[in-house]
Formats: sequence, C-alpha cells, structure tokens
Amino acid sequence: MLSILVQRSLHAVLVILVVSVLAFLLTSLVGDPVASILGIQATPEDRAILAERLRLDEPWIVRYLSFLGGAIQGEFGISYSAQRPVGDLLLERIPATMELAFSALILSLAIGIPLGVFAAVYRDSWVSSALMVGSIVGVSLPTFVVGILLIFLFSVHLGWLPSFGRGETVDIGWWSTGLLTWSGLKALIMPALSLAISQVALIARLVRAEMLEVLQTDYVRFARARGLAPRKINLSHALRNTLIPIITVSGIQLGFLVAFAIVAEAVFQWPGLGLLFLQALGNTDLPVIAAFLMLAAFFFSAINIIVDMLYAVADPRLRVKVALGST
Amino acid sequence: MSTVDPTVATNPRRAPGRWQRFWRSRLVRSFRRSKTALIGAVIFLLLTLSALFAPLIAVTDPYDLATLDLFNSHLPPIWEEYGTAPFLLGTDSQGGDMLSLMLYGMRSSLTVAFLAVATSSILGTALGLIAGYFGRRVDGVIMRIADIQFTFPAILLALLIGGISQSLLSNSARAELAMPIVVLALGLSHWPHFARLVRGAVLVEKNKDYVAAAKLAGRGPWTIMRRQLLPNVLNPIFVLATLDIAFAVMGEATLSFLGFGLPPTEPSLGTLIRTGYNYLYSGEWWLIVFPALWLVLLVVSINLVGDWLRDALNPKLHQGS
Repeated sequence: MLSILVQRSLHAVLVILVVSVLAFLLTSLVGDPVASILGIQATPEDRAILAERLRLDEPWIVRYLSFLGGAIQGEFGISYSAQRPVGDLLLERIPATMELAFSALILSLAIGIPLGVFAAVYRDSWVSSALMVGSIVGVSLPTFVVGILLIFLFSVHLGWLPSFGRGETVDIGWWSTGLLTWSGLKALIMPALSLAISQVALIARLVRAEMLEVLQTDYVRFARARGLAPRKINLSHALRNTLIPIITVSGIQLGFLVAFAIVAEAVFQWPGLGLLFLQALGNTDLPVIAAFLMLAAFFFSAINIIVDMLYAVADPRLRVKVALGST
Repeated sequence: MSTVDPTVATNPRRAPGRWQRFWRSRLVRSFRRSKTALIGAVIFLLLTLSALFAPLIAVTDPYDLATLDLFNSHLPPIWEEYGTAPFLLGTDSQGGDMLSLMLYGMRSSLTVAFLAVATSSILGTALGLIAGYFGRRVDGVIMRIADIQFTFPAILLALLIGGISQSLLSNSARAELAMPIVVLALGLSHWPHFARLVRGAVLVEKNKDYVAAAKLAGRGPWTIMRRQLLPNVLNPIFVLATLDIAFAVMGEATLSFLGFGLPPTEPSLGTLIRTGYNYLYSGEWWLIVFPALWLVLLVVSINLVGDWLRDALNPKLHQGS
C-alpha cells in the first residue's frame, strides 16, 4: 500500500516538475513580459525598474527556481489583463468549477447507475438494447452541442432557465456558493446536465457490464437457490459489489468532468476556472495560462493518486501488480 | 500448410478466393449480423461520400464568393414560410446554403480528423515499436513521457496545445497555421494510446521464434520492426484508429467552437456551430440546429461501427462460441 503511494507520488512530482518547466518557458521565453505589463509607451527607466523587479537579468535557472518556489506558495505574478495577483484570480474561480463538476458527477451517477442496473437485470428486454444503443448516442454527444441544444430548448423557446452565469451566490468564508439560492440552482441545471450526459452513458455501460458479471457469480446463484427475493439479490448482493469499481471510476470521471467543464463554462459563460483560462488564452495572458497549467498538473496528479489508491484498496490483486511495476 | 482446406476438398472446381475468405471470416460474419454496426457503416459511408463529392452536390461554394447572393440570405428551411428552393435547409447571413456549408464543413472536419489520427497512430506506433523492441532506457524514457501525458484527459491536452500555440501567434499566422495546429493538437494528445498498445503487443511478439529467426538471418533492428513486428500488431492499431476518428471529429469541433480550431473563414462542423451560436436568439434556429445534429450523426455513425469492432475483436467474448 505504502509502496504504491510512494511510487505514484514520485510520478506526480515528475509530472508537476515537467509542467512547471513548460509553464516557466512559456512565461519567460515567449514574448516580452515587460512590454506586456507596461505597454509600448513606457520609458526606459520604468522598463529597467520592472525588469529588475521581475528579476529578468538573472540566469534562467535562478528565475526558474524562484518561479517554482512562487508556484508552490500559489504566487504566479500579476495578470496582464486583470492587473491583479493570479493566485487570487484562480482562488475566486475554484468554487464555481468545483460545484459544476461535482453536480455533474452526482447527476451522472444518479441517472447512470439505475439505468445500468435496469439494463443488466432485464438484459433480454428491448428496453435494455435500446439503452445500449442510447448509450452510444450519449457518448457521441459533444458537451457544447448538448449545452447549446439545452439553451435553445429551455432558454430561447421555453424561457424556463437562464442561459448564462451562475445566478446569485452566497459567500461562506472565501467559498462562494450558488447552491443555496434558487437562481443559483436554476443556473446550475443546464451546465451540469450538459456535462453529465456523456458520463451517464459511460456509467450506465460500466454498471451493466459489472452487474452482468456479478450476477453470474456463485454467491448470487446461492442467494437465488436460498429463495431470496430477486429484488433483494439484485440490489443488496449484486449492486453492492458493482459499486466498488464505480467508486474508483468516479475519480476518473471527475477528472474528465473538470476538463470538459472548460467547454461547458464557455457555452454558459459560467464564471469558473475554464472561462478564466479561455479568456487568458484570448488575451495571451501568460501568467494566468502558466498558473492554470500548474493547477491542472497538481489537480490531475492528485486525482490519479486517489484513483490508484482506491483501486488498490478495492482489489487486492492489483497491489501485487502495481508493486511489480507493471501497469 | 499440410492440412487440406475442407472447402477445397468438397468443391474441387475452385478454391475460395481472397474476397470469399474475407466475406466468410468471423469478423465479417459478425458485422453482417450486427444491425447497429451495419446502420452505422452505411450512414458513415454516405456522409463521407457526400463530403467527398460536396462540390458536385453543393448549391453554393463557401470558398467562392461569386456563388453567394446576399439576396438569398437569412432564408428559413424550405418547409417553412419564405423557404425557397434550392435552399433545402435555409441559408446563412451571407446567402450561403446551409446544406452546402455543412457538406463542405464536414469535409474539413473529416480531413482534420483523418490527418490527426494518422499523426497519432504513426507517431504512437513508431514510438511503441521502438520502446517495446529496445526496452530498458529507451523504453523507460518513451513510456515515462506517455505516462505524463496520460495524467491529463486527452481533450484537455488538445485544448492546451491548440489554445496556447494559437494564443502565441499573430492574427495573420493564426489563420494560416490553423489547420496544422489543430491536427497536431489532436494528434499529439492521443499518441500515447497507440504507443502503449503497440508496446504491449511487441513485448509479446518479440520473444517468438520468427523474430529470433530474423535476428539470426542478420536483419537489423529497424528492418525487424518494420517487416516482422509491425505486420503482426496492425489489427489492434486499426481498431484504435477507428475509435479515434470519433474522438478527433469531436475534438476538432470542440476546439473550433472555442475559437482555437479552424478560423471562421474555413467552414467545419465546429466553426458552423460557433457561428450559429451567435444567432441563438435571432430565431434563425436552422443555423445552429442542423450543424449540431449533423455533427452528432457523424460521430454516432463512427461510434456504432467502433463499438461493434471493439466487441468483435475482444477475445474474451469469443470463448465458447
């Protein structure tokens, strides 16, 4: 167990270091940071002062180390376009993205698991095969297409739901949540749904496949032989064993949801990290882009470690495999 | 070679030809049985052909402004009031026929997708062969890079590569280099999938006798990789490439929609949806609904085939059949 943790952590450190080098190259070698901050009309004195403050005259290895040191403390310099510390900008945006991704995850599990169970239990009915074809359509729906079609239906045609923004938010400490107001919840429905759709399809397929396997096992047969009610067998014997892989897959799903949240945020103008990143790309706001890269490296490394640990906890056979170094 | 083919023995007139053997193979039989795969393949074939022959079918040509007439702009589909022939699905703000735009759009979408999959499969296969064959240090370095990429979802990598390189370019260079950038962004984000697959297959194959024989015959490592190993790992590569086309089509559309793919002057399914998105509240619903549904239809058709292919080539499912 410990060896997996150590091995995965070393991998995470490597990932973060590689990304930090790329992010550093981006901020320091591309373009002219002094001109980006001061504009072209700055006097040579101003430029010299800023160059010294940014430590542009020092060797790159020193600058890289100070970049890395700053990154570890959450300091990425000043955003070119917002003229505010990048760390603060990111921190403000984290709650919006996390609430969106987690809502989508819960939504996809809440819809996907029952569908998968149903498709496994009634595997010979037409509903089950319709669900399987439906799941192929589900994974074929790009997030932004679902988002646009939802806006088209529920905002433009029916006028039920807002097409952009987060609604009213309530601050709890530094975390601003939209989950406590009616308008916030209404604004959350469509972005979360557009993110969840393709994941619903994946979860349903996975649950069905796992469930079909578990239903073949001896102890489910014994439970049937003992005359237990099919409902009880399906739900408490079979589903419970199916849930272990689902929990670990949820971790991977969360990673995908955060990645696709960028797209959903663009469609719904959801003020999260993704929208900030896209705006930074549009303005070539390099400190924000670099900070986003670092945050992504950290976040996805953490998710991978958690997923691998969950796998190891759930399936003891994997502990040996991972320890031997084969993946 | 010493066993006699039973079909030859019972039918002395002629041995089954290559085509017949292909038609009777397990793969093709399972394909003919699978209704969904058949439907998917037919739809995909029709769509690809219509994209290929777009210049013959299209009413207006988005690359030739002379075919556009502003008098025909903002027309609804033909079954609505004011709908006009020959603009079946309506027209855009320039007087371009929607159906023609979508055909040309699908052309660029499919071109980008095929080029992207070619990039990722060739790069991944080459690196996978090298990693698997040489092992040790080389293997360690290549697969470590792949592992680092695997940390991130592929779509995020594509967005990072495409977005950052576009954001660093000047406006004029951006339009010119848009196509290669999208292809590279999608290709570079997916090569580890091929590399991992090929490396695994090579590790199994390279200890077999025919590879040892080739080594004894004095063949060099590059020749062995190309002539002995590559032909034996082609099948799974082909499956992955098919599935990957769906990813690449969606990826191109997503990047273009976000403004980091093809420029608006180059119609693709993604840029059309991006344009239509601006008309969401104008009541001109055909500008957005048709390209969106067209994109979904294209991806669904590929996934229907890919889904069957995955099952058909999965050895686990054939036990006892």
